[in-house]
Amino acid sequence: MSILAFLIPVALLMGLAGLVGFFWAMRTGQFEDIDGAANRILIDEEGEA
Amino acid sequence: MNAPLPSPSAAPVPAQPCIDSRFTVPGMRCAGCIGKVERGLALVPGVAAARVNFSAKRVAVSHVPELTDDAIIEELGKLGFEAERAAQNPLGGDDAEARRLLRALAVAGFAMMNIMLLSVAVWSGADTVTREMFHWISALIAIPAIAYAGRPFFASALMALRYRRTNMDVPISIGVLLATGMSLYETVTGGAHAYFDGAVMLLFFLLAGRVLDAMMRSRARSGIAALLGRMGRGAHVVQDDGTALYVEAERLAPGMVVLVAAGEALAADGEVIEGRTTVDSSMLTGESDPRPAGPGDLIHAGMVNLGNPVRMKVTAAAQDTALADIARLMDEAGQSRSRYVRIADKASRIYAPAVHSLAFLSFCGWMLAGAGVHHSLTVAAAVLIITCPCALGLAVPAAQVVAAGALMRRGLLIKDGSALERLAEVDEVLLDKTGTLTLGEPRPADLAALDDAARSVALALAQGSRHPLSRGLARALRDAATVPATLDDLAETAGSGMSGTWEGMPVALLRPETETAGLAVDLLVDGERTRIGFVDPLRPDAEAAITQLRAMALNPSIASGDRPESVALTARRLGLFATSSMRPADKLALLERRSDAGHRVLMVGDGLNDGPALAGAHVSIAPGSASDVSQQAADAVFIGERLMPVALAVRAARATMRVVRENFVMAIGYNILAVPLAILGYVTPLIAAVAMSASSLLVVGNSLRLVRAAGREENS
Repeated sequence: MSILAFLIPVALLMGLAGLVGFFWAMRTGQFEDIDGAANRILIDEEGEA
Repeated sequence: MNAPLPSPSAAPVPAQPCIDSRFTVPGMRCAGCIGKVERGLALVPGVAAARVNFSAKRVAVSHVPELTDDAIIEELGKLGFEAERAAQNPLGGDDAEARRLLRALAVAGFAMMNIMLLSVAVWSGADTVTREMFHWISALIAIPAIAYAGRPFFASALMALRYRRTNMDVPISIGVLLATGMSLYETVTGGAHAYFDGAVMLLFFLLAGRVLDAMMRSRARSGIAALLGRMGRGAHVVQDDGTALYVEAERLAPGMVVLVAAGEALAADGEVIEGRTTVDSSMLTGESDPRPAGPGDLIHAGMVNLGNPVRMKVTAAAQDTALADIARLMDEAGQSRSRYVRIADKASRIYAPAVHSLAFLSFCGWMLAGAGVHHSLTVAAAVLIITCPCALGLAVPAAQVVAAGALMRRGLLIKDGSALERLAEVDEVLLDKTGTLTLGEPRPADLAALDDAARSVALALAQGSRHPLSRGLARALRDAATVPATLDDLAETAGSGMSGTWEGMPVALLRPETETAGLAVDLLVDGERTRIGFVDPLRPDAEAAITQLRAMALNPSIASGDRPESVALTARRLGLFATSSMRPADKLALLERRSDAGHRVLMVGDGLNDGPALAGAHVSIAPGSASDVSQQAADAVFIGERLMPVALAVRAARATMRVVRENFVMAIGYNILAVPLAILGYVTPLIAAVAMSASSLLVVGNSLRLVRAAGREENS
């Protein structure tokens, strides 16, 4: 049963990491322009110039 | 991820602090547009950075203070994009609300998963020390999570109780708090049943419903906000030294002299002092024919200058304009709608007392049977948890969000779920004529007079100008698959027209020199003059849409502010009953008469003159070309040239209500099965968790059937 002392904190930490990651993504505006991000990949890096 | 920003030597990054301006650019449709706008703006001297938000069709420009907004709009125009100043942080409040709910949902989700992990161990037989430890860990996760994620419900329940009313949030809050309290007691005393998982899961599912609801609102509103801003937000005021300065509409004052460019909307009432032009007053009065205005004539805010640039002396601004009177009427009219009670609240008025008395009765019953306070409370908590309107909380938003998404793909933006509920109840439709049944934009009456070469020259000339006639001509020619000719020396002369050179010949698109009955332009190709007349045509599918509305027994009719002759023409063509020459107050009065007669009326209109009627109707829809005021007053906005989204909206709303009722039946059926078990004390945390997720999944699955609610006839 001592494995629990290891596994439970690991599970909690992983969950927390996900939560923190989501909050970070929201705060930095990762969801502001979802369609734009999908389109930007198509922009030619060299440009017409 | 940024499009690379070339840094030409002409535009050194300025040393002084930059200011940020935001512009709405509705014309961005593809990746190429993003690149073009960002690269093009970066080349402009004084611009430090430009960043496109494609979803919101906005571009944020960071630039030196010397660079005016007008100059940036002009640069965007040169890049081929129409742009407008974006209102400062439009409708930001909705966004903040959606974000708060989303954060609460994330916390509830995190807590739910971790507690469930521990609960599964308890259900599968962990006992004594392990069980106690798991309960303690669950409590440590659950209590802060519930305190955070439950706030939206607790706050709303408190608010309702303070006004001595009850809503869906009251049973939710009591259930969650009681379950948490009971579980904490179990944990402390080393009992077997803790409901932390149930309580958190309940919050998670309910928050999912709320988040869906909030996201639907903010998505539709940001779509509408992108359409806004074409009306006169300000004007160019002529300074003493002869230069023009842009002044916001609220800061205009009587006595100022403003310059009104061709194609610009007026921001204040005033008197023309210099120049002759034609103004389009269809937004203000519904009249379809433009009327001439010269020195001494009064023109009003909301009218659009179609002809030449004129100078106008402001006579009334801001709160004193004819527009402001309409706004006051709207305020009064809008109040009736706030009395509408949403279906979920209607349901909870019956549901909440029923659930509370059930829980209370089971508590009394077990006490009388001599089971002791602890056991009786456990049963009562189980009853509350199991009856908690998990599926009920999802039943309405899930169906409405799916239907709103389906309608959005067909070009109709619904502002909120209550609009869908009201749309489903409609039994009469009142349509405005100009701009609603018709396009509200001048289009060439007949292109047959032009041969292919003339068409391509006309398109090349027309697409270089923002004048309404040029835009209408360009649009019609593009629809006719015309390829623009290559022109040299393209130039626009304000008030006169466009000119250029085509294969060495002078070509031009000019205002007719002789007076004409309606609107017209002359196309000149090497001295040969062709007249192109303009009309305001019916929407291409107006007849089909009207037929659809009739098939749904909606009894459509026309209420227009236009002259009787032009209304009669449209009415006869569509076979509709029509009332003409109506002032804004008349339309509102007509609506009130209909609603007093027991009808629920859908108002479809675009102009400022429709504003009060849009606000006062049971439910209302405005086209995307409508005035800002109308779009804000309406419950939904349809985009594009087709009228069909109006008929689709009603049909989808009815389908949605059917699914909502099915969802309610399912949720109630589940309760009928589960409540007796709970009252008899057979419900364990495991059963509660399984029942809750199963009923929620069922409701969401049923709602997903609405994906096709508006999309069955893609090829029509």
